[in-house]
Amino acid sequence: MLGSAVSIGSERLSLFELTEPQRAILYDIRAPRVLLAACVGACLAVAGASLQALLRNPLAEPYLLGVSNGAALGTMLAFVFLERFGFARPLMAFAGAGIATIVVYQMARSRAGMNVERLVLSGVIVTTFLSSIIVLLTSVLDAARLRGFTFWLLGDLSQATYDGFYLTLAAATVGTIVLSSQARALNLMMIGERDALDFGVEIGRVRLIVFGFASVLVGTAVAASGSVGYVGLIVPHLVRLAVGSDNRLVVPMSAVSGAIFVVLADMIARTAIAPRELPVGAITALVGAPVFIYLLRRN
Amino acid sequence: MRGHAACRSYFRLLSQKGMLKVHNISVKYGTRNVVSDVSFELGTPTIVALIGPNGAGKTTLIRSLNGTVPISQGGIELDGKKLNELSRREIARNIAVVAQENETKFPVTVLEYVLSGRFANGSAFGWETETDIAIARKALDECDLGEFYNRLMNELSGGERQRVVLARAIATDARILLLDEPTANLDLAHQAQMFRLVRERCRGCDASAIVITHDLNLAAEFADEVLLLKGGEVFAYGKPKDVLTETNLNEVYNVQVLLDENPTSGRVRVTMKY
Repeated sequence: MLGSAVSIGSERLSLFELTEPQRAILYDIRAPRVLLAACVGACLAVAGASLQALLRNPLAEPYLLGVSNGAALGTMLAFVFLERFGFARPLMAFAGAGIATIVVYQMARSRAGMNVERLVLSGVIVTTFLSSIIVLLTSVLDAARLRGFTFWLLGDLSQATYDGFYLTLAAATVGTIVLSSQARALNLMMIGERDALDFGVEIGRVRLIVFGFASVLVGTAVAASGSVGYVGLIVPHLVRLAVGSDNRLVVPMSAVSGAIFVVLADMIARTAIAPRELPVGAITALVGAPVFIYLLRRN
Repeated sequence: MRGHAACRSYFRLLSQKGMLKVHNISVKYGTRNVVSDVSFELGTPTIVALIGPNGAGKTTLIRSLNGTVPISQGGIELDGKKLNELSRREIARNIAVVAQENETKFPVTVLEYVLSGRFANGSAFGWETETDIAIARKALDECDLGEFYNRLMNELSGGERQRVVLARAIATDARILLLDEPTANLDLAHQAQMFRLVRERCRGCDASAIVITHDLNLAAEFADEVLLLKGGEVFAYGKPKDVLTETNLNEVYNVQVLLDENPTSGRVRVTMKY
């Protein structure tokens, strides 16, 4: 799978007979990109799966909840004001994701609990609000950098580096392990917050862990590749169709399936109109939006 | 006693003197007292029917007993320990709740649902053991849900779901059951079955239960004690025949009733005069 992903592209590479420039394409451009795509997919799908269980809502998704946009704004702020500090970007992305999560959660929460529509609506409001700030910010940037950013906002893996890959790999690994460890508690949260409380879950702690690590996952993914949307929606949904609702399966399997999904989507993004490229987020949204509508109607 | 797997442990039985003591508790929503100055002790094995008009504070009282609604005054002791010093897991191991089931949007199977009740008994991580699964299946069998293991919760009828919720509570090791209108969605046969199961559980396992119900005759039939709430305060507390009196019911519900004896059980029987 990874082998075919690195060989297919605007320049077709045979993995066994490589010329010198082809080696450069393989090792310096394509390999880090495919590896990064896999990690970004894992991050987003695991964040989506755990947020869905926590919020009792199969439509919760980092992109739709505004979490990705929060991370994007954080990344841009770091890029504009803290350009000299490379490490500031994922940190600011994490902060942005965390703040957006908390704001949406507080908006969606009411005395009567939280319903599907309210959560989605709060997500839309936060997303559009953050988008407008991002647009304001891009007008501060000069034209050459602006083009890069509009592409990046839609989800773009073309700037992949090994450093970005290592960081995302670390986040994906730690995040998946920690969130899988909460899966049994999440099984109860998914049934109902009150049920969870009655049957022994410290819901405040679980909520903190899930919000925190989902923000880490989304933050690192967005800092590396922009907002690739709908991964956290489609992947857990498909996984649940295959293995049921038990989060001890759903969370780790989402990591693997999310990785495969984004690698495939990126392959299409690189080859569909080669030698030019599409943002990978456009491909995932093309698949994801219909799935969202289907899930919304079924609710 | 048909050895309930959940209560085999002899040592647990030894330590359950007193169980739940409630001293002068009040619960406030904003500035309004929803529960005022309620005191009682729950020994074993006892079934207490909690009755009273809508808005009397029944649900709030039950929710405060397992610490999910904070009390503003007074104290609750569980086996001699202060409830607010126990962790959620410790409380859940001792107190199980049967509440109105709220629909879940995820495809959860009946067995998964019942197993979720075992959360506090094992590790908070990892998987249920063989024992957990055996206990869950036994609870489902007892509740007449033998062939429902792999059905999805949101495919069941309201009454079936309500029985699954009871099965989950039975599948815990808890010796105190709190039931909030467990018979609300049930047909006649399953209403009686629900109370029979609760009674069997209480006698068999030396457990006790507090049951909210609007059916005064079921309360009279199955409860050892009746607690009548009015405006958040205990209006009367005692044996069914002492609480379910014409004056009490007239004063609390503002209705005229006829009281006589149930010819089959000899318990008090309430008939409305319309």
